[in-house]
Parts: sequence; structure tokens; C-alpha cells
Amino acid sequence: MAQVNYFLTEEQQMIVDLARQIAIEKIIPVRAELDREERFPAEIMKDLAQADLFGLYIPEEYGGLAKGCFENCLAVEQLAYGCIAVTTTFAASALGGYPILLFGSDEQKARYLPDIASGRRLVAFGLTEANAGSDAARIQTTAVEDGDYWVINGTKQWITSGGEAEIYTIIAMTDKKKGPRGATAFIVEKGDPGFGFGKKERKMGLMASSTRELLFNDCRIPKWRMLGNRGQGFILAMKTLDLARPGIGAIGVGLAQAALDEAVKYARQRIQFDQPIISFQAIQHMLADMATKIEAARALVYSVARTIDAGARDFAKLSAMAKVFATDTAMQVTTDAVQILGGYGYMKDYPVEKMMRDAKVLQIYEGTNQIMRNIIGKALNKEYAKR
Amino acid sequence: MNIVVCIKQVPDTKSVHFDIERGTLVREGIEATINPFDLHALEAGLQIRDVCGGEVIALSMGPPQAEDALREALSLGADRGILLSDRAFAGADTLATTYTLARAIDRLGPVDLVLCGRQAIDGDTAQVGPGLATRLGIPCVTSVSTLEVLDDRKTMHLRRVCEEGYDLIEVEIPALLTVMASLNTPRLPSLKGKIRARKAEIPVWGVQELGAEPGRVGLMGSPTQVVSTSVPKFEARREMLEGSPEGQVEALVARLKEAGVL
Repeated sequence: MAQVNYFLTEEQQMIVDLARQIAIEKIIPVRAELDREERFPAEIMKDLAQADLFGLYIPEEYGGLAKGCFENCLAVEQLAYGCIAVTTTFAASALGGYPILLFGSDEQKARYLPDIASGRRLVAFGLTEANAGSDAARIQTTAVEDGDYWVINGTKQWITSGGEAEIYTIIAMTDKKKGPRGATAFIVEKGDPGFGFGKKERKMGLMASSTRELLFNDCRIPKWRMLGNRGQGFILAMKTLDLARPGIGAIGVGLAQAALDEAVKYARQRIQFDQPIISFQAIQHMLADMATKIEAARALVYSVARTIDAGARDFAKLSAMAKVFATDTAMQVTTDAVQILGGYGYMKDYPVEKMMRDAKVLQIYEGTNQIMRNIIGKALNKEYAKR
Repeated sequence: MNIVVCIKQVPDTKSVHFDIERGTLVREGIEATINPFDLHALEAGLQIRDVCGGEVIALSMGPPQAEDALREALSLGADRGILLSDRAFAGADTLATTYTLARAIDRLGPVDLVLCGRQAIDGDTAQVGPGLATRLGIPCVTSVSTLEVLDDRKTMHLRRVCEEGYDLIEVEIPALLTVMASLNTPRLPSLKGKIRARKAEIPVWGVQELGAEPGRVGLMGSPTQVVSTSVPKFEARREMLEGSPEGQVEALVARLKEAGVL
């Protein structure tokens, strides 16, 4: 039967095939164990590095493949088909790497990007704090100049790959009274004096991803570690998130597809009332809605990613749409998959309960889906004001 | 170290099936893949190259589509691939195959190490490795399950699996090894490797390029003739034995004797 043709190039198809192969051969066989033991997927990160996937979005001069947002979406969609905790660990490295790519000096790029592209060093992005979630401008971590150094104090919360990553791009206040314009980005390395990690958080899902606090206690870093200009930190964070959000949408698409596959497979072989339950319209209609929403989400995510790669500016609204629609779809599809598997779906013996637990975070991280709607709403107001 | 890895393209075991009437493998529309043991041979070659330097050459004899297997080897990290393909090579048994492979390796110049899978999963003869070593006049160690290259980069310590244990073997290059699946875990392809593999030129050598004697290749050079192939019929029956454990054992022994198993 025909599938939607997204007109992938030969190289894009290679990325899909390779990421799919990794999901099937390396991720799916261990995902339940990683989830149960809350174990960081270090081995799989090595596989992804060997496959060159960490370098997808990084220019060739730094050892990458110079691909765009779209190729990144293709890769994470397939990896998410296997496990989104593993995929989040992979994607977090891009989230931490984008600021260096977008705002780094030539020296900073030359120093960090080759290691990021090869996967030798993982990166993490540190913005969120206990009192600064959706209201990211409320961050309280400070950075103060002291001769040739910056001295950082404060605590970052819920940082993906905290403790596991070697490189951290973080946002701290350098001029508190300036509000959002007083935030600046910095590169911190594991091992810097005064830099440590809090306890590992216990979560609802996303178990294989390490989520920890970053603790800065008079952390001294050399001056050249400032990323971008002083006061540019908030813009840097927003630009980074705008670029990364279609990827979160793609993770939602991959996860939802995996849940649909499980649900259809089960509905075809589960016999009740002397027939497979897929013969019941109640089940058919659920599956039909799931499949249709997934395809719509995929088409939206791909279109937005391609628009970004074509050089669009001011695409916050589009990124937010891709993220909100695809991740709401993932939540609904995984929930319905559990419903279709019934009692079995609720058991840990089947993969859909993990998928449902994992899906929830997609509606929360990298900007809650409420914030996504704010972004879309504000953009609409602005667009229509110009008419 | 210059390393040649011999690879064979075989039908994918996940999709292969038999034509019971004709007694042959159904090959049409079946995906082909690298013989799984050969992937372990390739991985061994890549690991040695990554430490010792040199190059890994993937060598395959087969129809033109065997080029796909060589491209896969390139995507995994082989430096180059050479396809031995000629209508005259068709129908080769292991004698003709080893002759053809040996001609190609001679043509490549000095080679330090030849690696093969323990056997191919379609023919299952396990003869090509030892036969090739004989023709090349180099030592052969079969069924290698561990491998260590010593610091002199000439001596290797190997473990060869036997029926009741293993032999520890020291061998100096040049040598030929056939490897077990337990030797290593084949790596995944890389994106850069895949992109490179797609563009790579794969030379095709035939009878002429190899300077081979036409009577020694393919069907002409193969004393082995397959007279017929048949698919064994499997019949599954089930019988539950009941009663006391002693009674069940007696009944079971009687059944096995009846069936000629005991």
C-alpha cells in the first residue's frame, strides 16, 4: 500500500535506515532493562558516535556532516521509535551544542565542535532552575567578573545528561537589574573548580536519561568561556530552543509510530468474542485516528524543519506548532495504545506502558505545550496587527 | 598490515525459503546479505587495521549484484573492495573458488593477513578458507574465537575452537584465519562510510584481469557436481505420556526403541 512520499534524497534515506537499524538492533532489545534499572545508555551513545550521528548538524570543517534541522528530525524520529529516553540523551547533546554552533567564536567552535561531532564528549544545556521554568527570565544563577575569570554561583535543575556530559552550556545572570537582557551564556566543563552535580532525580518516565542538578559554588571559569555577547543569553536560549523544537516533535512522531505498531499488531491477534478485536469498529476507529494524527504530525514536523533549513527567519511560531501538535499526538496515541492492549497494556511485560509514561515529558520539556500555545498566539497577534 | 577479507553474498536467512518441488533455494526477490561469519572476519580486520595501520581490502566472487555486499563492507570501514565477476566463474565449487580467489590475492601484491568467515551459511562447506591458504602457501588457523596481535605486529596468539575445548596457537603473518561469530561484535555502518561507499568505484576482475586458466574456474574447473538437492520432510507428532514417573519412563524408552533412536 502506498505510503506518503516525503521525497527524501538518497542521503536522507541513508540517515533514516541507519537510525532505524540502531533502534532495532541496539535500542529495542535493551530498552526495558535500561528503563527498569534507570541506567544511562553509555554503550548506545558509543554506537551513535560510531555511526557519525552526533555530527549531523555540525559543519564539515569540524568533522560533521553539515546537515540541517530536517536530517536531525529524521534521525531522532527513528531513534525514538526505539526509546525516547535514549533519544533524549542523544538530542540533548545537540541542544547543548547548538549555542556553540550559533553563537560561539571561531576559537570556541574549533575547541569544542570536533569533540561534539565525533561523540567523544556529550553536551548538556542548562537553563531551567527551581524558580525559573516556563518563566525562564527568572533565573537566579549569577556570573560575576573577577579579573580574568567569571565566578558562577547558583543551581540549575532537571538538566538532561547532568553528570554524564562533559560540556555544559548554561545561562546565568550577569546584570540582574536588566532582567532578561542581563542574562549571559557560558561554557562550563566537567571538572571546573566549584562545579558539581546534585542527586539523580527520580522520574515518572524517561528513566534511562540522566536528570540532575548542576551546582555552582564559586565556580571559576576563564573569561573566554563566555558564549556570545554579554546580555545575549536569553536570546541565545530562545534561538536554540526554536531550532531544537521540531526535533522534539519528531521524537513524538517516532514514539507515537512505535505505539501504533504495537497496538495494531496486538489488535490483529487478540481474540475476544471469537474474533480478532481489530474487527470491532470501536478499535478500528481508535487506530484510524491514531494513524491519521501521526501522519499529520509527521508532515507538519518535516515541513517546518525544511522551512527552517531553507533559511527562514523568525520561525518560533512554526517550531512551536511542530512541537505542540506532534507531542500532544504522542501523548494521545500512547494512551490509546495502552487502552487497546487493555490489561496487558498496563503491564510492564508489554512496551506500551513505558511509551505512555515516557510520552508525558514531551508535553513538558523544552517549553511546555502551554508555552508553545503562548508563542503561537503571540505570533498570530503580531501577524494580524500588520495586516 | 595489509589485510584481505573474503566475503560472500548469501540469501538473507530471514526471508529465504525452499521450492520443495524443485529442491532448490528460491532466490528471486530474496534480499541478499553478507554471510554473517564474514562480518566477523571483516570486524577483525578493521580492528587490526585501526591499531596496526595498513588497509583492509574486501574481496568477493559472485554475480554483479555482489557489488552490494562490497559496498556494505565499505560502509563498515573497509578501505576498498574488489569484485571477482565473470560469466566463466559461474558454477564454481570450492576448488575453483579458491583458485580464483588466490589469483586475485596474488594480483594484489604482498598481503599479510587473509581473513574468512568460518563457513558460508548457504553452502556450509567451510572449505574455502583452508583451500585458499593451501593455494597461497601460508599457514591456516580455522575457527578462531580470540585473537591478539603482539607488539611486534607479526605474531598472533589465537584460540581455535575444537570439539572438546580449544587450542592456543601462535602464528606469524602471513597467515589465513577463519573466524567464529564469538570473536567479536561487528560494528554498525557509519554515515560517512555509507556516503563514501555509495560513491566508491569497485573494480571488477574477470578471467582476463586475473590471467586465470579458463579450465580452472567456474563449472569447468569444478570436479564437484551437485546431482540433486532435496528438502527433508519434517513430521511433527505429539503424544502425551501419562501415569507414574516410572511408567512414563518405561513407555518413553519403548517408544524410542520402536522409533530406532535407542
